[in-house]
Amino acid sequence: MPIHIIDRRLNPGGKSLENRQRFLRRAKSLVQGAVKKTSQERDIKDVLEGGEVTIPLDGMHEPRFRREGGTRDMVLPGNKKFVEGDYLQRSGQGSAKNSGPGEGDSEDAFRFVLSRDEFVDLFLDDLELPDLAKRKIAQTESEGIQRAGYTTSGSPANISVSRTVKLALARRIALKRPRKDEIEELEAAIAACTDEDERTELVAKLEKLKAKSKRIPFIDPLDIRYRRFETVPKPVAQAVMFCLMDVSGSMSEHMKDLAKRFYMLLYVFLKRRYKHVEIVFIRHTDRAEEVDEQTFFYGPASGGTLVSSALQAMHEIVRERFNPSDWNIYAAQASDGDNSYSDGELTGMLLTDKILPVCQFFAYLEVGESGGSAFDLSDSSLWTLYERLRNSGAPLSMRKVSERSEIFPVFHDLFQRRETAQEKAAP
Amino acid sequence: MTERLFEGADWDFQTLQRITDACEEVALKDLGLDVYPNQIEVITAEQMLDAYSSVGMPLFYKHWSFGKHFAFHEASYRKGLMGLAYEIVINSSPCISYLMEENTATMQTLVIAHAAFGHNHFFKNNYLFKQWTDADGILDYLDFAKNYVMQCEDRYGRIEVERTLDAAHALMSHGIDRYPGKKKLDLRAEEKRAGRRRQHEEEVFNDLWRTVPKGAAKSRSAISIERRRKLLGLPQENLLYFLEKSAPRLAPWQRELLRIVRHIAQYFYPQSQTKVMNEGTATYVHYRIMTRLHQQGRITDGNFLEFLGSHTNVVFQPEFDDPRFSGFNPYALGFAVMQDIERIVTRPEDEDREWFPDIAGRSDVMGVLRDVWANYRDESFIGQFLSPKLMRHFRMFHLHDDPEERAGIRVDAIHDERGFRRVRRELARQHDVGFIDANIEVVDVDLSGDRRLILHHHVIKGSQLNETDAKRVLQHLADLWTYDVALIEVDGNDKVLREYVVSPRPIPAAVA
Repeated sequence: MPIHIIDRRLNPGGKSLENRQRFLRRAKSLVQGAVKKTSQERDIKDVLEGGEVTIPLDGMHEPRFRREGGTRDMVLPGNKKFVEGDYLQRSGQGSAKNSGPGEGDSEDAFRFVLSRDEFVDLFLDDLELPDLAKRKIAQTESEGIQRAGYTTSGSPANISVSRTVKLALARRIALKRPRKDEIEELEAAIAACTDEDERTELVAKLEKLKAKSKRIPFIDPLDIRYRRFETVPKPVAQAVMFCLMDVSGSMSEHMKDLAKRFYMLLYVFLKRRYKHVEIVFIRHTDRAEEVDEQTFFYGPASGGTLVSSALQAMHEIVRERFNPSDWNIYAAQASDGDNSYSDGELTGMLLTDKILPVCQFFAYLEVGESGGSAFDLSDSSLWTLYERLRNSGAPLSMRKVSERSEIFPVFHDLFQRRETAQEKAAP
Repeated sequence: MTERLFEGADWDFQTLQRITDACEEVALKDLGLDVYPNQIEVITAEQMLDAYSSVGMPLFYKHWSFGKHFAFHEASYRKGLMGLAYEIVINSSPCISYLMEENTATMQTLVIAHAAFGHNHFFKNNYLFKQWTDADGILDYLDFAKNYVMQCEDRYGRIEVERTLDAAHALMSHGIDRYPGKKKLDLRAEEKRAGRRRQHEEEVFNDLWRTVPKGAAKSRSAISIERRRKLLGLPQENLLYFLEKSAPRLAPWQRELLRIVRHIAQYFYPQSQTKVMNEGTATYVHYRIMTRLHQQGRITDGNFLEFLGSHTNVVFQPEFDDPRFSGFNPYALGFAVMQDIERIVTRPEDEDREWFPDIAGRSDVMGVLRDVWANYRDESFIGQFLSPKLMRHFRMFHLHDDPEERAGIRVDAIHDERGFRRVRRELARQHDVGFIDANIEVVDVDLSGDRRLILHHHVIKGSQLNETDAKRVLQHLADLWTYDVALIEVDGNDKVLREYVVSPRPIPAAVA
């Protein structure tokens, strides 16, 4: 009896991927809830690493007709001391109650592991870039070229040699074209042959083979394959993200930490929408400078506070390096809200006239001390200023944050899909 | 002078070939097994997880519930909560066995003996598998099913297909024919039969019969109910079949989907009825083959000890008060009974002669076992072949838990002279699927009224349906039936215990 032994280990994996995606799609709202819950408890970096989530089993339950209750009979192994007619206490340990059949499927939560991509996907799924409709400047589309399989016609430059040879080989084998060594072998046999009859027979055979190999070409036009390319429209795929932060003495480590978390989230979010994301860090005291990330978050600095200096710096950088027609510009500003009183007017002007018109999105995040309730009582000078601007119609997003756990909700809130926000407002 | 099959733990594909040949020799010559051609495939852990999620089949249609199982298995495997099976074997022809790549050479031998010969023989010979499954066609059918579901998704939308499949899955355990259906009618045979009947009528014709007074005519309504039920083929316990054939508003593709789910449920039905026997057979066969290979000197003592180690783990039966206990281990029970049969056939004691007069001392072990493997299922197998000696060995006892009984759970019988038969009967019942699954059937349809579908659940021993689950399943059923569905739970005296009525959910407008 023939036995086939097959090595399947090299088969492509991920056979269950499709089913898994279906499951995630179906469980989306549950998983999303779980993802948000988990993400509040973790650091940003860990959050975006994916990991285990738990969803209530109830939501993904597959019902069946099940029987329960009634009188039960069971046969068990390992009798030690019972004799017929004994009674066992129901609740006591050692009774058979805890091991009866049909019990034990009381698991109420379902845990599984999400990959990093799945996690980020779900985490950011209901978020959307704001105000894209407002700005058409991002739509300058260029065309890109992309591989798209093989075709039977095309320009000679695009011949796919490997594919062509492969097909030719298959055809030659299928049509039994004589191989080169077969012919050589036969020729050698003829040369070595002494018997005349046999010789003619061999020669005839050789002729036949040669004729056949002429009939069946080595490469047939049928075999030729060309690489196919397609042009695909490419949207502007680059964005720049400006991180503005007040680093004056009044900003504590905690506040910087909050700001950092927000920037990271924004970065991850932009990264998913754009192929190429640049970050510009601008820190300011009473004067602003562009710095690298380390200095931005950890470099020591002191001095007064002039917000306008940062905006001015940003404006200049935009003008020099980031042409708004080529770049999508995002900015997030973090501050404790202090600004010198005299600077207010200049700040407002810069913002409305220079910065906001070129930005896709400008967010102001006011960070406070953890548990700082005084922070909520009176609005800071910057907040008051921005609020006034916003009320007069400037596209500004602003939020206050004082706890780590608030970062995610605030972020979500800012980037909530617009139609859902409207729906919420409508009824 | 025989060569060793392998040394140490490493193996390659030549080794597998040698192992399979050696196992085959023992299986066919010494044990007289009759198997499908074998196909052995080596797979990785990830592929094994894939296989887990689609009930072990190499190809299956796409559905989220398989993804759910995959996610669940993967999580518990990654955490080390769960080991993976050494093999999976598929009841098909050729019989496909999947072996894990990380098994040692000894384990591969064990697994080949177990799956490729033990299970394989059982699949090919047991009457249930012969009756209900088509080993030659199953893979083609699954392929068809997969493509069909995919086409339906393209044509009618994924959500619609998913809704139908969800509903069908909920009813899957009630989509099984428990008794062989009618044979397909053969036109020529039918004509012959009709001819014979006519001839008989002509021969016995007597005009006098016409004058014999008839009994009281049946009332019209009684006739119409009977006629209606007959037309619809009621009562019908195969809910999926009934829906496929009689649900008024299903689209043809939905009927086909129901049919697919039903066929697959039917394919697995024998497996759920023969767990103990199937595993018992495979374990017994691997034990015999491995022992024989060791006797022949083809396996070293060390490898044989490794085999005994895993074999002992497989047939380990914890006692009821052991934290590891979770019911009878089918491997342990099946293997023990089969070894016991071997003992009864070769070295019977007086007790055995009294209990098993047919087989005691017949000395043809394999003949008896092959007969057992071919003609029994778990329930009848335990009911007939569990010996008093084995009941004593396992120290079995029977508990009767009546919630009405204040004193507690009664020990109804133990492994003694008075209890043997009762313990055995109870254990056999525990393995009877007909007894485990709820007995639900379609009894009537109110055709002249609101088309309500009426089902009965015949409650056994006061065990009613879980309410939340029952409601959900009925909701699915109502969605397919598209009119109200009523489920009535009745006990043995036709007393109504509970009644559920569920209305179908409106179909979203976009679909209609």
